[in-house]
Amino acid sequence: MTDLQHLSRYENDHHLKDGEVSTGTTILALPCKGGVVVCADSRTSTGTYVANRVSDKLVQLSEYIYCCRSGSAADTQALTDYVHYFLNQWSLETGREPTVKTAAHLMRRLIYQNKDALQAGVIVAGWDEVHGGSVYTITLGGSCLQLPFATGGSGSIFIQGLLDSEYKPDMDPAAARALAKKACSHAMCRDGSSGGVIRTVLLNKDGANRDYTAGVDLPFGPSAVW
Amino acid sequence: MSKQHTTRPITTGTSVVGLVYDGGVLLAADTLLSYGSMAKSFNTPRMVSIDERILLGASGEYSDFQEVVQKVKALALEQKTQSMESLYEDRPLSAKSLWNYLRAVMYQKRSKFNPFWNDVVVAGYENGSSFLGVVDKLGTTLQENCVATGFGAYLAMPLLREQYRPDLSEGEARALLEDCMKVLFYRDCRASARIQLAKVTADGCIISEPYELDQSTGWNAPSMIRPVGDLDGDGGW
Repeated sequence: MTDLQHLSRYENDHHLKDGEVSTGTTILALPCKGGVVVCADSRTSTGTYVANRVSDKLVQLSEYIYCCRSGSAADTQALTDYVHYFLNQWSLETGREPTVKTAAHLMRRLIYQNKDALQAGVIVAGWDEVHGGSVYTITLGGSCLQLPFATGGSGSIFIQGLLDSEYKPDMDPAAARALAKKACSHAMCRDGSSGGVIRTVLLNKDGANRDYTAGVDLPFGPSAVW
Repeated sequence: MSKQHTTRPITTGTSVVGLVYDGGVLLAADTLLSYGSMAKSFNTPRMVSIDERILLGASGEYSDFQEVVQKVKALALEQKTQSMESLYEDRPLSAKSLWNYLRAVMYQKRSKFNPFWNDVVVAGYENGSSFLGVVDKLGTTLQENCVATGFGAYLAMPLLREQYRPDLSEGEARALLEDCMKVLFYRDCRASARIQLAKVTADGCIISEPYELDQSTGWNAPSMIRPVGDLDGDGGW
Protein backbone atom coordinates (compact mmCIF):
# COMPACT_ATOMS: atom_id res chain seq x y z
CA MET A 1 0.00 0.00 0.00
CA THR A 2 1.43 3.37 -0.90
CA ASP A 3 1.96 6.01 1.75
CA LEU A 4 -0.77 8.12 0.19
CA GLN A 5 -3.33 5.39 0.84
CA HIS A 6 -2.13 5.21 4.42
CA LEU A 7 -2.89 8.90 4.83
CA SER A 8 -6.60 8.32 4.33
CA ARG A 9 -6.94 5.16 6.31
CA TYR A 10 -5.73 6.07 9.75
CA GLU A 11 -8.89 5.72 11.72
CA ASN A 12 -9.84 2.11 11.14
CA ASP A 13 -8.90 0.51 14.40
CA HIS A 14 -12.53 -0.34 15.23
CA HIS A 15 -13.41 -3.98 14.68
CA LEU A 16 -16.90 -3.10 13.49
CA LYS A 17 -17.91 -3.20 9.86
CA ASP A 18 -18.18 0.07 7.95
CA GLY A 19 -21.18 1.99 9.19
CA GLU A 20 -21.97 -0.43 12.01
CA VAL A 21 -23.26 1.18 15.14
CA SER A 22 -21.53 0.54 18.46
CA THR A 23 -22.41 1.13 22.04
CA GLY A 24 -18.87 2.25 22.90
CA THR A 25 -19.96 2.56 26.40
CA THR A 26 -19.76 2.65 30.15
CA ILE A 27 -21.86 0.08 31.97
CA LEU A 28 -21.72 -1.11 35.53
CA ALA A 29 -23.62 -3.17 38.08
CA LEU A 30 -23.19 -2.82 41.84
CA PRO A 31 -24.88 -5.21 44.27
CA CYS A 32 -26.32 -3.49 47.31
CA LYS A 33 -28.44 -4.36 50.31
CA GLY A 34 -31.43 -6.34 49.13
CA GLY A 35 -30.65 -6.14 45.41
CA VAL A 36 -28.51 -4.66 42.68
CA VAL A 37 -28.07 -1.31 40.91
CA VAL A 38 -27.33 -1.34 37.17
CA CYS A 39 -26.10 1.81 35.45
CA ALA A 40 -25.20 2.91 31.93
CA ASP A 41 -24.38 5.99 29.86
CA SER A 42 -26.46 6.81 26.76
CA ARG A 43 -24.09 7.35 23.85
CA THR A 44 -24.33 5.16 20.73
CA SER A 45 -21.66 5.99 18.18
CA THR A 46 -20.82 5.17 14.54
CA GLY A 47 -17.11 5.88 14.43
CA THR A 48 -16.92 9.35 15.98
CA TYR A 49 -20.50 10.37 15.15
CA VAL A 50 -23.04 10.12 17.96
CA ALA A 51 -25.90 8.23 16.39
CA ASN A 52 -28.05 8.34 19.50
CA ARG A 53 -27.17 10.56 22.47
CA VAL A 54 -29.99 9.30 24.70
CA SER A 55 -29.94 5.54 24.13
CA ASP A 56 -31.21 3.05 26.66
CA LYS A 57 -28.59 0.37 27.22
CA LEU A 58 -30.38 -1.23 30.16
CA VAL A 59 -32.63 -3.93 28.74
CA GLN A 60 -35.11 -5.83 30.80
CA LEU A 61 -34.81 -9.59 30.36
CA SER A 62 -37.46 -10.50 32.91
CA GLU A 63 -39.26 -8.73 35.74
CA TYR A 64 -36.26 -8.79 38.08
CA ILE A 65 -33.34 -9.24 35.68
CA TYR A 66 -31.67 -6.64 33.50
CA CYS A 67 -28.86 -6.70 30.97
CA CYS A 68 -26.35 -3.90 30.34
CA ARG A 69 -25.27 -3.84 26.70
CA SER A 70 -21.89 -2.93 25.23
CA GLY A 71 -20.31 -3.66 21.84
CA SER A 72 -22.28 -3.84 18.64
CA ALA A 73 -25.78 -2.41 19.09
CA ALA A 74 -27.28 -4.81 16.54
CA ASP A 75 -25.67 -7.88 18.11
CA THR A 76 -26.67 -6.98 21.66
CA GLN A 77 -30.22 -6.13 20.66
CA ALA A 78 -30.60 -9.47 18.91
CA LEU A 79 -29.13 -11.32 21.91
CA THR A 80 -31.33 -9.63 24.47
CA ASP A 81 -34.39 -10.30 22.32
CA TYR A 82 -33.55 -14.01 22.29
CA VAL A 83 -32.79 -14.21 26.01
CA HIS A 84 -35.97 -12.32 26.87
CA TYR A 85 -37.94 -14.75 24.73
CA PHE A 86 -36.29 -17.85 26.20
CA LEU A 87 -36.68 -16.62 29.79
CA ASN A 88 -40.34 -15.94 29.18
CA GLN A 89 -40.74 -19.48 27.88
CA TRP A 90 -38.79 -20.83 30.88
CA SER A 91 -41.13 -19.00 33.28
CA LEU A 92 -44.20 -20.46 31.59
CA GLU A 93 -42.78 -23.96 31.72
CA THR A 94 -41.53 -23.86 35.34
CA GLY A 95 -44.11 -21.54 36.86
CA ARG A 96 -41.58 -19.33 38.60
CA GLU A 97 -39.28 -16.37 38.02
CA PRO A 98 -35.88 -17.26 36.52
CA THR A 99 -32.70 -16.83 38.54
CA VAL A 100 -30.05 -14.39 37.43
CA LYS A 101 -27.72 -17.37 37.02
CA THR A 102 -30.08 -18.93 34.48
CA ALA A 103 -30.34 -15.70 32.51
CA ALA A 104 -26.59 -15.21 32.55
CA HIS A 105 -25.83 -18.71 31.37
CA LEU A 106 -28.41 -18.51 28.62
CA MET A 107 -26.71 -15.35 27.41
CA ARG A 108 -23.32 -17.02 27.71
CA ARG A 109 -24.43 -19.91 25.53
CA LEU A 110 -25.63 -17.66 22.77
CA ILE A 111 -22.46 -15.59 22.78
CA TYR A 112 -20.08 -18.54 23.06
CA GLN A 113 -21.69 -20.54 20.29
CA ASN A 114 -21.62 -17.55 17.96
CA LYS A 115 -18.39 -16.01 19.10
CA ASP A 116 -16.93 -15.46 15.63
CA ALA A 117 -19.98 -13.58 14.42
CA LEU A 118 -20.75 -11.47 17.47
CA GLN A 119 -19.20 -8.52 19.21
CA ALA A 120 -21.05 -8.22 22.48
CA GLY A 121 -19.95 -7.65 26.06
CA VAL A 122 -22.82 -7.73 28.52
CA ILE A 123 -23.47 -7.57 32.23
CA VAL A 124 -26.46 -9.59 33.43
CA ALA A 125 -27.63 -8.45 36.85
CA GLY A 126 -30.79 -8.73 38.89
CA TRP A 127 -32.56 -10.11 41.90
CA ASP A 128 -33.97 -13.54 42.52
CA GLU A 129 -35.41 -15.32 45.57
CA VAL A 130 -32.64 -17.89 45.71
CA HIS A 131 -29.52 -15.72 45.72
CA GLY A 132 -30.77 -12.17 46.20
CA GLY A 133 -28.87 -9.64 44.13
CA SER A 134 -26.17 -11.00 41.80
CA VAL A 135 -24.01 -9.78 38.95
CA TYR A 136 -22.55 -11.77 36.04
CA THR A 137 -20.30 -10.38 33.35
CA ILE A 138 -20.02 -12.03 29.95
CA THR A 139 -17.01 -11.04 27.90
CA LEU A 140 -16.46 -10.98 24.14
CA GLY A 141 -15.43 -14.65 23.88
CA GLY A 142 -18.33 -15.89 25.97
CA SER A 143 -16.68 -16.27 29.38
CA CYS A 144 -19.23 -15.92 32.14
CA LEU A 145 -17.93 -14.67 35.48
CA GLN A 146 -19.85 -13.99 38.63
CA LEU A 147 -18.30 -10.94 40.25
CA PRO A 148 -18.83 -8.88 43.40
CA PHE A 149 -19.41 -5.92 41.09
CA ALA A 150 -18.83 -5.42 37.37
CA THR A 151 -17.94 -2.71 34.88
CA GLY A 152 -17.89 -2.97 31.11
CA GLY A 153 -17.48 -1.07 27.87
CA SER A 154 -14.77 1.24 26.66
CA GLY A 155 -15.26 3.66 29.56
CA SER A 156 -14.83 1.03 32.23
CA ILE A 157 -11.03 1.19 32.17
CA PHE A 158 -11.19 4.67 33.63
CA ILE A 159 -13.19 3.68 36.69
CA GLN A 160 -12.04 0.20 37.64
CA GLY A 161 -9.63 1.76 40.15
CA LEU A 162 -12.20 4.18 41.49
CA LEU A 163 -14.66 1.37 42.14
CA ASP A 164 -12.01 -0.97 43.55
CA SER A 165 -11.36 1.78 46.05
CA GLU A 166 -14.89 2.93 46.91
CA TYR A 167 -17.16 -0.08 46.48
CA LYS A 168 -18.33 -1.78 49.67
CA PRO A 169 -20.64 -4.81 49.78
CA ASP A 170 -24.11 -4.39 51.30
CA MET A 171 -24.37 -0.64 50.71
CA ASP A 172 -27.62 1.16 51.17
CA PRO A 173 -29.44 1.25 47.75
CA ALA A 174 -29.40 5.04 47.59
CA ALA A 175 -25.66 5.09 48.30
CA ALA A 176 -25.05 2.38 45.70
CA ARG A 177 -26.99 4.38 43.13
CA ALA A 178 -25.01 7.51 43.96
CA LEU A 179 -21.71 5.64 43.64
CA ALA A 180 -22.79 4.12 40.33
CA LYS A 181 -23.66 7.56 38.95
CA LYS A 182 -20.43 9.05 40.24
CA ALA A 183 -18.33 6.32 38.62
CA CYS A 184 -20.31 6.48 35.39
CA SER A 185 -19.90 10.25 35.15
CA HIS A 186 -16.14 9.97 35.62
CA ALA A 187 -15.96 7.44 32.82
CA MET A 188 -18.14 9.59 30.59
CA CYS A 189 -15.83 12.52 31.22
CA ARG A 190 -12.71 10.72 30.01
CA ASP A 191 -14.03 8.28 27.43
CA GLY A 192 -14.94 9.83 24.07
CA SER A 193 -17.21 6.90 23.27
CA SER A 194 -19.33 7.42 26.40
CA GLY A 195 -21.53 10.38 27.21
CA GLY A 196 -25.00 11.82 27.34
CA VAL A 197 -27.22 10.95 30.29
CA ILE A 198 -26.97 8.34 33.05
CA ARG A 199 -29.68 5.74 33.39
CA THR A 200 -29.86 3.49 36.46
CA VAL A 201 -32.22 0.76 37.57
CA LEU A 202 -32.52 -0.54 41.12
CA LEU A 203 -33.58 -4.20 41.23
CA ASN A 204 -34.85 -5.88 44.36
CA LYS A 205 -37.84 -7.90 45.57
CA ASP A 206 -40.11 -4.94 44.83
CA GLY A 207 -39.24 -4.99 41.12
CA ALA A 208 -37.44 -2.48 38.90
CA ASN A 209 -37.06 1.20 39.77
CA ARG A 210 -35.68 3.49 37.06
CA ASP A 211 -33.76 6.74 37.38
CA TYR A 212 -32.62 9.35 34.85
CA THR A 213 -29.82 11.87 35.29
CA ALA A 214 -29.75 14.55 32.58
CA GLY A 215 -26.46 15.51 30.95
CA VAL A 216 -26.51 18.82 32.75
CA ASP A 217 -26.93 17.21 36.20
CA LEU A 218 -24.01 14.79 36.13
CA PRO A 219 -22.19 14.40 39.46
CA PHE A 220 -18.88 15.02 37.63
CA GLY A 221 -18.16 16.51 34.24
CA PRO A 222 -18.89 16.49 31.33
CA SER A 223 -15.51 18.22 31.41
CA ALA A 224 -13.15 18.28 34.36
CA VAL A 225 -12.76 21.75 35.77
CA TRP A 226 -9.00 21.85 35.35
CA MET B 1 19.15 7.56 7.31
CA SER B 2 15.37 7.44 7.17
CA LYS B 3 13.27 10.51 7.71
CA GLN B 4 10.20 10.53 9.91
CA HIS B 5 6.78 10.62 8.33
CA THR B 6 3.57 11.55 10.08
CA THR B 7 1.32 8.56 9.40
CA ARG B 8 -1.59 9.18 11.71
CA PRO B 9 -2.67 11.77 14.25
CA ILE B 10 -2.20 10.82 17.91
CA THR B 11 -3.22 13.79 20.05
CA THR B 12 -6.02 15.68 18.38
CA GLY B 13 -8.40 18.60 18.56
CA THR B 14 -11.75 18.60 16.84
CA SER B 15 -13.70 21.23 14.88
CA VAL B 16 -12.98 24.93 14.55
CA VAL B 17 -15.92 27.02 13.33
CA GLY B 18 -15.84 30.61 12.13
CA LEU B 19 -17.78 33.32 10.41
CA VAL B 20 -17.45 36.86 9.19
CA TYR B 21 -19.80 39.38 10.76
CA ASP B 22 -20.30 43.13 10.49
CA GLY B 23 -17.01 44.53 11.77
CA GLY B 24 -14.88 41.44 12.19
CA VAL B 25 -14.48 37.69 12.30
CA LEU B 26 -15.60 35.36 15.06
CA LEU B 27 -14.13 31.88 15.64
CA ALA B 28 -15.13 29.16 18.06
CA ALA B 29 -13.48 25.93 19.13
CA ASP B 30 -13.72 23.67 22.12
CA THR B 31 -10.74 23.25 24.43
CA LEU B 32 -10.62 19.46 24.48
CA LEU B 33 -7.51 17.50 23.56
CA SER B 34 -8.18 13.86 22.71
CA TYR B 35 -5.73 10.97 22.80
CA GLY B 36 -7.50 8.51 20.56
CA SER B 37 -10.87 8.10 22.22
CA MET B 38 -9.64 9.32 25.60
CA ALA B 39 -10.24 12.89 26.70
CA LYS B 40 -6.74 13.88 27.70
CA SER B 41 -6.96 17.54 28.58
CA PHE B 42 -9.92 19.86 29.02
CA ASN B 43 -8.39 23.32 28.90
CA THR B 44 -6.16 23.36 25.83
CA PRO B 45 -6.61 26.47 23.68
CA ARG B 46 -6.63 25.65 19.98
CA MET B 47 -6.79 29.24 18.82
CA VAL B 48 -3.90 31.68 19.20
CA SER B 49 -3.35 35.25 18.15
CA ILE B 50 -0.34 36.24 16.08
CA ASP B 51 0.93 39.75 16.70
CA GLU B 52 -2.45 40.47 18.35
CA ARG B 53 -3.87 41.01 14.88
CA ILE B 54 -4.32 37.59 13.29
CA LEU B 55 -6.10 34.55 14.68
CA LEU B 56 -4.87 31.06 13.97
CA GLY B 57 -6.94 28.06 14.94
CA ALA B 58 -6.57 24.42 13.99
CA SER B 59 -8.07 20.99 14.29
CA GLY B 60 -6.10 17.76 13.92
CA GLU B 61 -2.75 16.78 15.36
CA TYR B 62 -1.91 19.14 18.21
CA SER B 63 1.87 18.80 17.97
CA ASP B 64 1.74 19.92 14.35
CA PHE B 65 -0.37 22.90 15.35
CA GLN B 66 2.18 23.85 18.01
CA GLU B 67 4.94 23.61 15.41
CA VAL B 68 3.02 25.74 12.92
CA VAL B 69 2.32 28.40 15.54
CA GLN B 70 5.97 28.50 16.58
CA LYS B 71 7.07 28.93 12.96
CA VAL B 72 4.44 31.59 12.26
CA LYS B 73 5.27 33.59 15.39
CA ALA B 74 8.93 33.51 14.44
CA LEU B 75 8.08 34.62 10.93
CA ALA B 76 5.90 37.49 12.19
CA LEU B 77 8.59 38.67 14.57
CA GLU B 78 11.23 38.47 11.90
CA GLN B 79 9.15 40.48 9.50
CA LYS B 80 8.44 43.09 12.11
CA THR B 81 12.01 43.54 13.25
CA GLN B 82 14.54 42.23 10.80
CA SER B 83 13.13 42.72 7.33
CA MET B 84 14.48 45.57 5.25
CA GLU B 85 11.07 47.21 5.10
CA SER B 86 10.71 47.24 8.86
CA LEU B 87 13.57 49.71 9.06
CA TYR B 88 11.47 52.28 7.33
CA GLU B 89 7.84 51.58 8.09
CA ASP B 90 5.39 49.49 10.05
CA ARG B 91 4.11 46.81 7.73
CA PRO B 92 2.93 43.96 9.84
CA LEU B 93 2.12 40.52 8.48
CA SER B 94 -1.30 40.40 6.87
CA ALA B 95 -3.76 37.57 7.47
CA LYS B 96 -4.12 36.89 3.78
CA SER B 97 -0.39 36.63 3.18
CA LEU B 98 -0.03 34.38 6.24
CA TRP B 99 -2.77 32.19 4.80
CA ASN B 100 -0.93 31.93 1.53
CA TYR B 101 2.37 31.25 3.29
CA LEU B 102 0.73 28.39 5.16
CA ARG B 103 -0.64 27.07 1.89
CA ALA B 104 2.91 26.87 0.52
CA VAL B 105 4.23 25.20 3.68
CA MET B 106 1.40 22.65 3.87
CA TYR B 107 1.70 21.78 0.19
CA GLN B 108 5.44 21.29 0.40
CA LYS B 109 5.11 19.03 3.45
CA ARG B 110 2.42 16.92 1.84
CA SER B 111 4.48 16.53 -1.31
CA LYS B 112 7.11 14.85 0.84
CA PHE B 113 4.50 12.56 2.47
CA ASN B 114 5.00 14.26 5.82
CA PRO B 115 2.05 16.62 6.26
CA PHE B 116 1.16 18.87 9.13
CA TRP B 117 -1.99 16.92 9.98
CA ASN B 118 -4.21 19.97 10.52
CA ASP B 119 -6.98 22.07 9.10
CA VAL B 120 -5.79 25.58 9.90
CA VAL B 121 -8.18 28.54 10.09
CA VAL B 122 -6.71 32.01 9.52
CA ALA B 123 -8.70 35.12 10.43
CA GLY B 124 -7.86 38.82 10.35
CA TYR B 125 -9.20 42.30 9.78
CA GLU B 126 -7.26 44.57 7.45
CA ASN B 127 -7.89 47.43 5.02
CA GLY B 128 -11.35 47.86 6.47
CA SER B 129 -12.54 44.35 5.70
CA SER B 130 -12.56 40.92 7.29
CA PHE B 131 -10.49 37.97 6.12
CA LEU B 132 -11.37 34.37 6.87
CA GLY B 133 -9.65 31.42 5.22
CA VAL B 134 -8.74 27.80 5.81
CA VAL B 135 -5.78 25.63 4.72
CA ASP B 136 -5.94 21.84 4.97
CA LYS B 137 -3.20 19.23 5.30
CA LEU B 138 -2.96 18.82 1.54
CA GLY B 139 -2.43 22.53 0.99
CA THR B 140 -5.97 23.23 -0.27
CA THR B 141 -7.14 26.74 0.49
CA LEU B 142 -10.59 28.24 0.83
CA GLN B 143 -11.51 31.82 1.53
CA GLU B 144 -15.12 32.03 2.71
CA ASN B 145 -17.52 33.91 4.94
CA CYS B 146 -18.26 30.74 6.91
CA VAL B 147 -15.74 27.99 7.61
CA ALA B 148 -15.80 24.85 9.69
CA THR B 149 -13.23 22.09 10.03
CA GLY B 150 -13.58 18.46 11.05
CA PHE B 151 -17.07 17.41 12.06
CA GLY B 152 -18.11 21.04 11.81
CA ALA B 153 -17.95 20.73 8.02
CA TYR B 154 -20.85 18.28 8.21
CA LEU B 155 -22.83 19.53 11.19
CA ALA B 156 -22.11 23.26 11.52
CA MET B 157 -21.85 24.41 7.88
CA PRO B 158 -25.55 23.83 7.10
CA LEU B 159 -26.50 25.87 10.16
CA LEU B 160 -24.07 28.62 9.23
CA ARG B 161 -25.21 28.74 5.61
CA GLU B 162 -28.84 29.01 6.64
CA GLN B 163 -28.38 31.82 9.13
CA TYR B 164 -25.51 33.75 7.60
CA ARG B 165 -26.08 37.39 6.53
CA PRO B 166 -23.38 39.92 5.72
CA ASP B 167 -24.76 42.35 8.32
CA LEU B 168 -24.80 40.03 11.34
CA SER B 169 -24.13 41.78 14.62
CA GLU B 170 -21.54 40.40 17.00
CA GLY B 171 -24.26 39.12 19.33
CA GLU B 172 -26.03 37.28 16.53
CA ALA B 173 -22.77 35.82 15.28
CA ARG B 174 -21.92 34.62 18.77
CA ALA B 175 -25.35 33.02 19.25
CA LEU B 176 -25.03 31.24 15.92
CA LEU B 177 -21.57 29.90 16.75
CA GLU B 178 -22.68 28.74 20.19
CA ASP B 179 -25.57 26.89 18.59
CA CYS B 180 -23.12 25.20 16.21
CA MET B 181 -20.81 24.25 19.10
CA LYS B 182 -23.75 22.82 21.04
CA VAL B 183 -24.73 20.58 18.10
CA LEU B 184 -21.11 19.50 17.80
CA PHE B 185 -20.95 18.66 21.50
CA TYR B 186 -24.06 16.49 21.16
CA ARG B 187 -23.00 14.69 18.01
CA ASP B 188 -19.19 14.55 17.89
CA CYS B 189 -17.57 11.93 20.12
CA ARG B 190 -14.42 14.03 20.30
CA ALA B 191 -16.05 17.31 21.32
CA SER B 192 -16.58 18.89 24.74
CA ALA B 193 -18.97 21.47 26.12
CA ARG B 194 -16.17 23.79 27.20
CA ILE B 195 -15.49 26.25 24.39
CA GLN B 196 -13.59 29.39 23.57
CA LEU B 197 -14.64 32.24 21.34
CA ALA B 198 -12.11 34.41 19.52
CA LYS B 199 -12.74 37.57 17.58
CA VAL B 200 -10.63 39.83 15.44
CA THR B 201 -11.71 43.35 14.57
CA ALA B 202 -10.08 46.61 13.59
CA ASP B 203 -9.01 46.89 17.23
CA GLY B 204 -7.14 43.59 17.22
CA CYS B 205 -7.72 40.12 18.65
CA ILE B 206 -9.54 38.96 21.74
CA ILE B 207 -9.70 35.33 22.79
CA SER B 208 -12.19 34.56 25.54
CA GLU B 209 -11.52 32.40 28.57
CA PRO B 210 -12.94 28.89 28.19
CA TYR B 211 -16.56 28.57 29.35
CA GLU B 212 -19.23 25.86 29.43
CA LEU B 213 -22.11 25.77 26.96
CA ASP B 214 -25.63 25.98 28.32
CA GLN B 215 -27.16 22.49 28.19
CA SER B 216 -30.15 23.17 30.41
CA THR B 217 -32.73 22.34 27.73
CA GLY B 218 -30.78 19.68 25.91
CA TRP B 219 -31.67 16.58 27.91
CA ASN B 220 -35.20 16.96 29.22
CA ALA B 221 -37.48 16.03 26.32
CA PRO B 222 -39.93 13.30 27.40
CA SER B 223 -38.81 11.04 24.56
CA MET B 224 -35.31 11.14 26.02
CA ILE B 225 -36.30 10.38 29.58
CA ARG B 226 -38.69 7.56 28.65
CA PRO B 227 -36.89 4.22 28.99
CA VAL B 228 -37.28 1.95 25.99
CA GLY B 229 -35.36 -1.05 27.34
CA ASP B 230 -38.14 -2.29 29.58
CA LEU B 231 -40.48 -5.16 28.78
CA ASP B 232 -43.08 -2.77 27.41
CA GLY B 233 -40.55 -1.05 25.16
CA ASP B 234 -38.86 -2.11 21.95
CA GLY B 235 -35.93 -3.80 23.66
CA GLY B 236 -33.58 -0.87 23.77
CA TRP B 237 -31.85 1.43 21.38
